[in-house]
Amino acid sequence: MYNAGKIIIGIVIFLALITAPFWYNLAKPSAPPKLELGTQEKQCVESKAFMQANHMVLLDQWRDEVVRDGKRIYVNSAGKQFNMSLQNTCTKCHSTKTKFCDRCHTYLNVAPNCWDCHIAPKEQEKLAGRSDK
Amino acid sequence: MNAFVSLVSALIAVVALAAISWFGVGAIGLDSVFGVIIPYIALAIFIVGVVYRIVGWARVPVPFRIPTTCGQAKSLPWIKADNLESPYNTWGVIGRMFLEVFLFRSLFRNTKAELREGPKITYASAKWLWLFGIMFHYSFLIIILRHLRFFMEPIPSFVEAITSVDGFFQIMVPTLFISDIIFLGAVTLLFLRRVTLPQVRYISLPADYFALFLILGIGVSGVLMRNYFKVDLLGVKNLAISLFTFHPVPTAGIHPIFYVHLFLVSVLIAYFPFSKLMHAGGVFLSPTRNLANVNRSERYVNPWNYPVKVHTYEEYENEFRGKMKEVGIPVDKE
Repeated sequence: MYNAGKIIIGIVIFLALITAPFWYNLAKPSAPPKLELGTQEKQCVESKAFMQANHMVLLDQWRDEVVRDGKRIYVNSAGKQFNMSLQNTCTKCHSTKTKFCDRCHTYLNVAPNCWDCHIAPKEQEKLAGRSDK
Repeated sequence: MNAFVSLVSALIAVVALAAISWFGVGAIGLDSVFGVIIPYIALAIFIVGVVYRIVGWARVPVPFRIPTTCGQAKSLPWIKADNLESPYNTWGVIGRMFLEVFLFRSLFRNTKAELREGPKITYASAKWLWLFGIMFHYSFLIIILRHLRFFMEPIPSFVEAITSVDGFFQIMVPTLFISDIIFLGAVTLLFLRRVTLPQVRYISLPADYFALFLILGIGVSGVLMRNYFKVDLLGVKNLAISLFTFHPVPTAGIHPIFYVHLFLVSVLIAYFPFSKLMHAGGVFLSPTRNLANVNRSERYVNPWNYPVKVHTYEEYENEFRGKMKEVGIPVDKE
């Protein structure tokens, strides 16, 4: 092999870049986030599968309808009515932003702009007490 | 091979690959094959293949310096030398390589030749390849760096910064990334360039179209996955992290479009070392670029030169001094 020194430096840089995620994760072991609902309610405004995939779309649609059309009532697929409001409807059940919204969003580097305008719910320690019993 | 046959055969190959993964996961349920086994094999082929190719190139001797130059070489002190276009030292070579690798300078110099009425031949600059190429490569780089959010936990802050700038316009939910649009646009433009220019179309082979379609397929499946099918990102990241910690856990319930994306990426990286895509490594090993133009000022020894046996005059005289004196031939040393 000619210019072995330079070639080996190049190959080492290549290998370091390609295998970086392996070393990085070995150094800092992590566990997938666990969400705490903070509610006894069993049913969200739509099915769990729909909410998991489309909550951002639903919230976006709610915002547009409320802010632009002044429409406040949402009728879900089962015909049930809800008040379209992040602070009054969503966070009534999902009352712990840090243990519900943020866990997934931080894990996946999603930065929704909800809280640029809205006020995050005040979190109280009693919720933790409730889940203990 | 006919241009149309090349195009269609490459398209069929990519569509077939996408279909294999779509039905392989969706209908047959081979989540662990497409989610764990194939990505690992592909990554192994990629790493071993790239090192193999680089070492293979490094074993080829370069018998003499062959830099392609396009500027004034260093000669007399009062003639201005161009160190970037005709490097005369290592810094010149480094500068030249840097501009080549990061700004694609040789593509910027691309020209076209056309026959006009007369017939007259005209030459003109043609920057489209450079423009589409640089759009493509840089948006691809940003997309790869953004993907580190799935590969690393906790996510490095530079990845968050890139993602935030990339989604600056906050169009649509989930946010449409500028790099995604530029990437798909650039691949499409590169493809159109290939099929619309007759000369380029004439020299295009299935391998040229295959890489393009494969990359386009990866881009399209990625955008569909994010903005249309909305795959379970939590499951995707869990799978990715499990792969990167060597504790693979096939995750059930991820939409097949994710496996199409992952399988096409696996095919791309496994195909990479054996294809034209290897220009990524090859650009560093091009003797026409990485050698200085110092043929006249520095001796370059051909690496395969064997040691030549020489018999100097001194040795000759030592051998025959007696005989030379006898017949009266003058000698250097008495």
